[in-house]
Amino acid sequence: MPTIIRKIWDRHVVTERPDGVCLLYIDRHLVHEVTSPQAFEAMRQAGRKVRRPLSLMAVPDHNVPTSTDRLDRIEDPDSRRQIEALRENAKEAGITLFDMDDVRQGIVHVTGPENGLILPGITAVCGDSHTSTLGAFGAVAFGIGTSEVEHTLATQTLWQTRPGEMRITVGGATGFGVSAKDVILAIIAKIGAGGGTGYAIEYAGEAVRRMSMEERLTICNMTIEAGGRFGMVAPDETTFSYLKGRPASPGGALWESAVADWKTLPTDPDAWFDREETIDASRIEPQVTWGTSPEDSLPVTGVVPDPETHPDPRGRERRERALRYMDLRPGTRLTDITVDKVFIGSCTNARIEDLRLAAKVARGKKVADGVTAMVVPGSGLVKRQAETEGLDRVFLDAGFQWRLPGCSMCLGMNPDRLKPGERCASTSNRNFEGRQGPGGRTHLMSPMMAAAAAVAGRITDVREML
Amino acid sequence: MIEKFATLKAVAIPLDRGNVDTDAIIPARFLKTIKRTGLGTGLFHAWRFDENGTELPDFVLNMEPYRSGKILVAGENFGCGSSREHAVWALMDFGIRVVIAPSFGDIFYNNGLKNGLLPVRLAPGEVRALMDGLKSGPGGEVSVDLPAQTVTGPDGAVCGFDIGSFPKECLLQGLDEIALTLRLEGEIERYERNGQKKAPWLFLDL
Repeated sequence: MPTIIRKIWDRHVVTERPDGVCLLYIDRHLVHEVTSPQAFEAMRQAGRKVRRPLSLMAVPDHNVPTSTDRLDRIEDPDSRRQIEALRENAKEAGITLFDMDDVRQGIVHVTGPENGLILPGITAVCGDSHTSTLGAFGAVAFGIGTSEVEHTLATQTLWQTRPGEMRITVGGATGFGVSAKDVILAIIAKIGAGGGTGYAIEYAGEAVRRMSMEERLTICNMTIEAGGRFGMVAPDETTFSYLKGRPASPGGALWESAVADWKTLPTDPDAWFDREETIDASRIEPQVTWGTSPEDSLPVTGVVPDPETHPDPRGRERRERALRYMDLRPGTRLTDITVDKVFIGSCTNARIEDLRLAAKVARGKKVADGVTAMVVPGSGLVKRQAETEGLDRVFLDAGFQWRLPGCSMCLGMNPDRLKPGERCASTSNRNFEGRQGPGGRTHLMSPMMAAAAAVAGRITDVREML
Repeated sequence: MIEKFATLKAVAIPLDRGNVDTDAIIPARFLKTIKRTGLGTGLFHAWRFDENGTELPDFVLNMEPYRSGKILVAGENFGCGSSREHAVWALMDFGIRVVIAPSFGDIFYNNGLKNGLLPVRLAPGEVRALMDGLKSGPGGEVSVDLPAQTVTGPDGAVCGFDIGSFPKECLLQGLDEIALTLRLEGEIERYERNGQKKAPWLFLDL
């Protein structure tokens, strides 16, 4: 009867209060430098110890520069201090650290999975909203604030209210030039930026079953952009073959018993969800956002919407404000919008498959005059793999920058930022005002679409370029 | 580190926008601190200041009497986006203790409760009436009564709100949640012993 969400949840309840709030046991805790220092500091002040240090992994990603000289110097003293604090806190507590000179360093949601840290059936947390990414393995993974980071460090548990359960069934098969990013952008446009609030979302259906782990990670990643803290895909042979032999995956006889257990996790056929949505993958076109909320996405063949046509006065105001910020006029074809920068990277789209797809578009072409385009692999391991396949050469020959791993231009915290007024085709996850730098303008899209925008110098339907 | 909260009567600030994300509340470049204090200067930075750091007079927080407002009234999905608790710290550092909205980002909502910033969910129509009242009568005071779970608008209209009984107790008494959980150490240990038998792969050291 139960859904996968409920099965995993129930296994992890240490105790339940009369008000229904559960004390959940947390199997894995990932930490980065921005949301953890205050938690470690508070632990020290209270004289508390990290309860299970070997269930943690620490990695600097938000602040790290992506330039080759970063081991010699990080110019910003505040960034340097945060990275040093992470190093010291990890050392003091005995937590494994993927430091900046380690090939495993990268964006926490990229390096965690590729090292086998995230398994089906587990609970995983990180002080980062995109922890929803990790549910792609069939795990209950969610973002938390710093107070909850501290609570997890001290107790290995968290008090959590049971989420509502939603299933989004993606039927059919995606068409030519359409990727997982387009699917999730179309889903967010359909249910809205607050449509998943209070819910854990299981992604199911034919299209999802056919997806690789990388594609599932992209889908689950942006669950939070619809307000959902938990995104999830039931584990199957794709999951098992991805995990087998990864450094932190169980081995030998333990592997066999783990897989046998993981096969019991998928939602039962007669399970009931609080809410069901369906979407037909074959009708999804390459998507582009035009506004300042991830729900503002349209097929690339569309035009900038007219605020006047919005039925609700608040909606009209929000659209007008978004168009003012984005400096766009209603009725403009999306493919007439020129770009200054192109960013291929982030925890949404910086895995090896993303880079392969972008390289397929960039191969033998040139970045348009006046456009600065950068490719930032999600981790040192992704970078190494891409270089083995010669993808770095493809990008460099086409005039893209090939940079070191980190969150980079996703969030305007390290040196990779937009200048005021600059317009960017970005494979990241948020087009909020100022997200990529104060005054910067973001158009979210897939890695293929971003590569096409780099070559054309404007937003382009990648299907015409493949 | 929860700051106690019981009742508050104060000027309420109408911020009539939906989907106010945590990047807007506190942009990422202000997160490079290892402290929880002093974040008020970055609050709504791109909306409060121009590129040269000059105040933008049209933004509500730059108007009197809102500079010292302690209650913020906003549109739906307030605090969506990033998990940064700095958003709560920035609001509190500025002096805000209550945010009233039709809905909140889940992580922001929790972060608020853990610090003593009370997030109050009211029905969309109730927030609209309150917002319109505050906009037509600037400087209106709103009363928030946590024990009674009510909000009273400047016109005397009373709305009830829901909050979990446990977070309510924590707010009223300023309880340290970690200390409370640590009293359950025996149960946590029992869970771990059982887990190691049933699913030993979950207890492999990283």
